[in-house]
Amino acid sequence: MRLQIKGICHSYDQVEALRDIDFGIEPGEVVALIGPSGCGKSTLLSIIGGMLTPTKGEVLICDQATPDGCLNPLTYVFQDFALLPWRTVAGNISLVLEDHGLSKTDRDARVAEVLEQTNLWDFRDAYPKQLSGGMKQRVGIARALAVRPAVLLMDEPLSALDAQTRILLLDEFAALFARTGMTAVYVTHNLNEAVRLANRVVALRRRPGTIKEIHTIDIPLAERCDGMPELVAHERALWNLIRDEAIAADKELENVA
Amino acid sequence: MSHDVTERRTESQGNASEASHVRFRATGFNPKANPIAAWGFFVVVIALWQLGSSTGFISELAMPSPVAVTKALWQLIITGDLWRHLGASLQRLVGGWIMGTVAGLLVGFLVGMFSWARSPGVAFVSALFPIPKIALLPLFIIWFGIGEPSKFATIAFGVFFPTVINTFGGVDNVQRNLIRMGQSFDLSMWSVTRKIILPGALPTILSGFRISSSIAIILLIAAEMIGAQYGIGALILAAGNLYQTDQLIAGVVVLSLLGLCVSWLLGRLDRWLLGWR
Ligand SMILES: Nc1ncnc2c1ncn2[C@@H]1O[C@H](COP(=O)(O)OP(=O)(O)OP(=O)(O)O)[C@@H](O)[C@H]1O
Ligand SMILES: [Mg+2]
Repeated sequence: MRLQIKGICHSYDQVEALRDIDFGIEPGEVVALIGPSGCGKSTLLSIIGGMLTPTKGEVLICDQATPDGCLNPLTYVFQDFALLPWRTVAGNISLVLEDHGLSKTDRDARVAEVLEQTNLWDFRDAYPKQLSGGMKQRVGIARALAVRPAVLLMDEPLSALDAQTRILLLDEFAALFARTGMTAVYVTHNLNEAVRLANRVVALRRRPGTIKEIHTIDIPLAERCDGMPELVAHERALWNLIRDEAIAADKELENVA
Repeated sequence: MSHDVTERRTESQGNASEASHVRFRATGFNPKANPIAAWGFFVVVIALWQLGSSTGFISELAMPSPVAVTKALWQLIITGDLWRHLGASLQRLVGGWIMGTVAGLLVGFLVGMFSWARSPGVAFVSALFPIPKIALLPLFIIWFGIGEPSKFATIAFGVFFPTVINTFGGVDNVQRNLIRMGQSFDLSMWSVTRKIILPGALPTILSGFRISSSIAIILLIAAEMIGAQYGIGALILAAGNLYQTDQLIAGVVVLSLLGLCVSWLLGRLDRWLLGWR
């Protein structure tokens, strides 16, 4: 699936959150969205997935191709996991398969498949409150994979986790994207995550959110590893790109508070 | 590093004579349950009460002894009077509570979920909620007659409002991100309601049942005292009119047991429906 974001502007009552956002998302590509706090990353991701109507502009699906058995082409992974506390791990995953006319056998097979993929099989009967943050986010990933999405939309999926778990899950994401060639939009504050996962990094400016630069990282995902000098150089370049914005964001928050 | 630490430790040992213990400051503010104390206190109170009655310190007319109350209760049981009264009360309680609860859940969900229902619903409930519902019994008697329907209506009406408020609050408190998650996976409106909003609102709804059931008992007794041949309220009133305080207290004891049963049942319901907590 190929998405084209055309002339997106969005204002909340008083705040102009986004202005003239244009870029495309190619099949098999991971696009990271970075930028200082409040620059409209989450707003943009909500618009891309059809959870928010932009004030102006449109998101076009230019190529309808979706993976086999795709039930929900644009699928989110949430920062706060958004798991139902009254359902088990398996129940949370099967929830999103229940409205699509799959037979119980098909549903169970899909649940089992993604549980295996994410190493959650042993936890299938656990309730979310029994799981660590990292496990909860693995459930979030498993749930998203169960619907065989065309594009994964991830809003800071690691930022609610502790630093060590973040490293572990980042490696898992990198492996997943490298293995499946998944198309994804990945919102993050963390430049290290952006350079590990993204083929292109869209850096946003703030108030109103506009595209400052689209930075391409030409290293295949499978060849990347933590601390690789080329990636460190990219990370440095990105930091120089958004540093001033981050400083301004920091100051502005102080003034507002 | 480790060398550093050792050195510092020896140094502080050198000053051991001046050392004092850190004072523990976190005592209290941490009450714990003690079932033995609970039952023990109960036994002591009843024993003192019996002692007071036996020695004549407590007048038998003002407050019959525990033994007398037990005897009166036994009389009520073997004559079958208790079952007649209790049966009538339970019918009204259960019937009225169910009617009020079903209506309250329905309206509560509408108010919680739909913009068109919200403002009118909230205004309506806020205006009528503060009325002590027993004040409406005379009106209900005019509408429905002195018989059972007016009592059902009073209880149902009294149960309805707290149920609406709790249901609506429960629906409102369901985490928005869970609803958005459901929508983002293209679940139908009905699925979101049934699988996300209903279970999410359930804890609040069930805690509302505790409030509404105690309101129902209060209204039941009040309605029965105003006009009923049978019912625990009628029994207590009649006993009072005849200065049969032993029977009166026996009726009150039955009410207390009834309250305990209701609360036990609700506890079971909680555990059954909210096991995931
Ligand atoms: N529902 C809303 N109503 C009004 N203003 C909003 C709303 N949501 C976001 N905003 C404002 O729009 C701007 C962009 O918000 P958004 O959440 O998209 O930023 P973000 O880049 O995701 O920030 P963060 O890094 O903190 O997640 C912010 O200034 C925010 O205050
Ligand atoms: Mg955000």
